Amino acid sequence: MTETTIPLWEVFIRSRNGMAHRHAGSVHAADAEMALQAARDVYTRRGEGLSIWVVPSAAIVANDPDDRGMLFEPAASKIYRHPTFYNIPEEVENM
Amino acid sequence: MTNPLCDYTLRLADTCVILGQRLSEWCGHGPILEEDIALSNIALDLIGQARMLYAHAAEVEGQGRDEDQLAFLRDCPDFKNILMVEQPNGDFAKTIARQFLFSAFMHPYWAALMTSQDETLAAIAAKAEKEAAYHVRHCAEWVIRLGDGTEESHKRMRNALDELWDYTGELFEKDALEAGLIERGIAVDPETIRTDWDDTVDAVLTRATLDRPSDRYMQTGGREGLHSEHLGHILSEMQFLQRAYPGGTW
Repeated sequence: MTETTIPLWEVFIRSRNGMAHRHAGSVHAADAEMALQAARDVYTRRGEGLSIWVVPSAAIVANDPDDRGMLFEPAASKIYRHPTFYNIPEEVENM
Repeated sequence: MTNPLCDYTLRLADTCVILGQRLSEWCGHGPILEEDIALSNIALDLIGQARMLYAHAAEVEGQGRDEDQLAFLRDCPDFKNILMVEQPNGDFAKTIARQFLFSAFMHPYWAALMTSQDETLAAIAAKAEKEAAYHVRHCAEWVIRLGDGTEESHKRMRNALDELWDYTGELFEKDALEAGLIERGIAVDPETIRTDWDDTVDAVLTRATLDRPSDRYMQTGGREGLHSEHLGHILSEMQFLQRAYPGGTW
């Protein structure tokens, strides 16, 4: 119907204290307040959230998919950057 | 049925279940996906409230009936819901206006019921109060946006409020049964929340650039089981399965 005229918002949900907000999906809404409510109604129905961020999708800057080779492939050969040579104590739950 | 607490609890339960059933008609038909889910969420909150209230009424009644029998095996005259909640959904503006006028009343109502002398009602109210708070906020934002939106949306919201205003008087009615329970600290005196309701409605309508409809002849009858023609149609759909397959579970 008029869906194309309703702005798109990206939704980020934080599930519990200490964790980062994670991208959950997107919603259509006319303004920020309605976007927050839509995010709450669509993405926190099963107790997923303690905090919600919404960001206008238009405000997100993305890389050009064609640059994938240049941007990401050089990292593939640098295994020494992974901290896999350390033992992490179990008490450290989230690294 | 001469148990006032049971009757009072049933009134609340009937009001919640009928509005929940009404709202659930939007499921799959909302104007956008987001609002489709939002309305279904509100419907589920209301049906959850009704379930707790029916279970309590059944226990107080002590006749061996359960929540399902109370919801699905009683007929129109037995239902004591207020008339507002059985009114047809109409367009989106009318559904939102109905939910706003109702929730703006129920939010302070539940808050007051949290101090009821009946512990179960107080506990149900504590849960429902938070749900109702969101219902008010969500619907208020829509009332403001539709009222202060386009010429068309303003007209539709104004018409919706006009149509529904006749049913707001019943929110504040109390009969002898309720007066007795208010005396005992069990029920809420609706008069004590009139200011709350007026303030919420006036503040939102002002922001929505809508005039508050003038008070006039008010519809009444729900508490006596005198309903509009709409209730029978709601019940025939809501109760079909239990009528056709008594005791059916899945």
